[in-house]
Amino acid sequence: MTDKERELLLLIEKEGRMPAEKLAKMLDIQLNEVKLMLENLEKRSVILGYSAVIDWTKASGTEMVTAMIDVKVTPKRGVGFDEVAERIYRFKEVKACYLMSGTYDLSVVLEGRTMSEIANFVSEKLSTLDSVISTTTHFQLKKYKHDGIMFEEDDDEDPRMVVSP
Amino acid sequence: MTQVKKHEAKLSRAVESIQPSGIRRFFDMASSMENIISLGVGEPDFTTPWSVREASIHSLESGRTSYTANAGLIELREAISDYMEERFDVSYRPEDEVIVTVGASEGIDIALRSVVDPGDDVLIVEPCFVSYAPLVSMAGGQPIPVPTFMKDDFQVTLETLQEKITPKTKAIMLSFPNNPTGGVMGREDLEKLRDFIIEHDLVVLSDEIYAELSYDQEHVSTAAIDGLKERTILISGFSKSFAMTGWRVGYVCAPAAYAAAMLKIHQYAMMCASTMAQYAALEALTNGRQEMEEMITSYRQRRNFFVKSLREAGLSCHTPGGAFYAFPSIKASGLSSEQFAEQLLLEQHVAVVPGHVFGEGGEGHIRCSYAASMAQLEEAVDRIAVFMNTIKKEG
Repeated sequence: MTDKERELLLLIEKEGRMPAEKLAKMLDIQLNEVKLMLENLEKRSVILGYSAVIDWTKASGTEMVTAMIDVKVTPKRGVGFDEVAERIYRFKEVKACYLMSGTYDLSVVLEGRTMSEIANFVSEKLSTLDSVISTTTHFQLKKYKHDGIMFEEDDDEDPRMVVSP
Repeated sequence: MTQVKKHEAKLSRAVESIQPSGIRRFFDMASSMENIISLGVGEPDFTTPWSVREASIHSLESGRTSYTANAGLIELREAISDYMEERFDVSYRPEDEVIVTVGASEGIDIALRSVVDPGDDVLIVEPCFVSYAPLVSMAGGQPIPVPTFMKDDFQVTLETLQEKITPKTKAIMLSFPNNPTGGVMGREDLEKLRDFIIEHDLVVLSDEIYAELSYDQEHVSTAAIDGLKERTILISGFSKSFAMTGWRVGYVCAPAAYAAAMLKIHQYAMMCASTMAQYAALEALTNGRQEMEEMITSYRQRRNFFVKSLREAGLSCHTPGGAFYAFPSIKASGLSSEQFAEQLLLEQHVAVVPGHVFGEGGEGHIRCSYAASMAQLEEAVDRIAVFMNTIKKEG
């Protein structure tokens, strides 16, 4: 990984939609160099995708319920937690899945349209898996910040004087 | 009862001789207009890092609202001393060689007042921050402008210095990275000035407020040049690097004799810098360095973008090595910098500062601050390009 690659990644991590022309200028490199770099990073699966951060509470009629579930599982000899994790994260309802240190093993983020949709998934799909010992479900009540982006309206008026020495 | 006589203000000659800053007119014009994109701002567009703000809130909650030592909290002076040593390889004793000031602005004032007597000449490397010359005058001295030019990357040259030196010259005011030019002086560039400074026994006042905002090479402090530390007063602060302009907290570092002289003025004029701002500054040095580095990266990227875009718009612009200003030449437009800035503001609603307000060598240039969001910079260069095209057509 070169310094320029790292700098580019940090830029598009914040703003995935930034056009290559702008990136080239900001990084002080040629346009085709940026394009090659992006292609290469995608090929190496360093860049896995480009997504938007959306406040669904403002998109009327599409509000989603998000739950974070602490899952205790029995690891399997030879494959550890990976096999059971895969069984879980392949469900399309699973938004994220992490192996954790501490009192439980997997942290599973679920997204659904209603609470009962999530409750059904947990009772029918998740807790019925052989390796799953227990689940604790926490529903998110409000999103303040996600992926470094604050959800509360920030006052974007520039408080600075228009001209100063 | 005697008749009441109307009082006429009895002002000192020193203050009456001072002209208000040329920036004022543009401030008034721009303030009265709507839909302005301002590239005229001399401060970061970032808000102070939250950890710094939070530390200041905590200091208030804890009731730390009394005076500090005149020279500032000893913990802060120790932190400044460590930071200067680690970052710029200059060593100052926190006990008697560091003073916390009310912004670098106060630092400039007390540095000049501690050195300058009536009748002394002070060389001022221009274009530069607007306060140097008036403060020299207020101290009774004569400011002697030493211009710098784009062809020299806005570095000061020995030739121009030699033209301006007289037996009355007592001090030289340097400011690199420079506001408004973005010019920088590296180690070799500063070393070229050393013999001249020593030969003429000058005091060096070095305003290094933009030291951290140096993009292509490490900043070298004037005090880090062999033989110059003993005659250098180094002025800096937290405003630009930590986005803390409104806190008004800066510092001066100097050999003990100079520091003691400055402390006399500071203790009578200021008592001490704001206590809560000092705790905030301490937090900035202790835990704010990573966030500072991120801000610097962002300025560098915006500089790259902005300077390239200005050139594409038809302006000739040197690559500013530091600070957050581009200082393009507008000579090709056939307009003075004042006319250019005024027309750009009225026609395209982009506020910049005409170069001449920053002193000699500034005419023919405009100062554009790129401490603005990328969206604003993009829109501003588009408008500047349109403006350049209309000038071409008219010309």
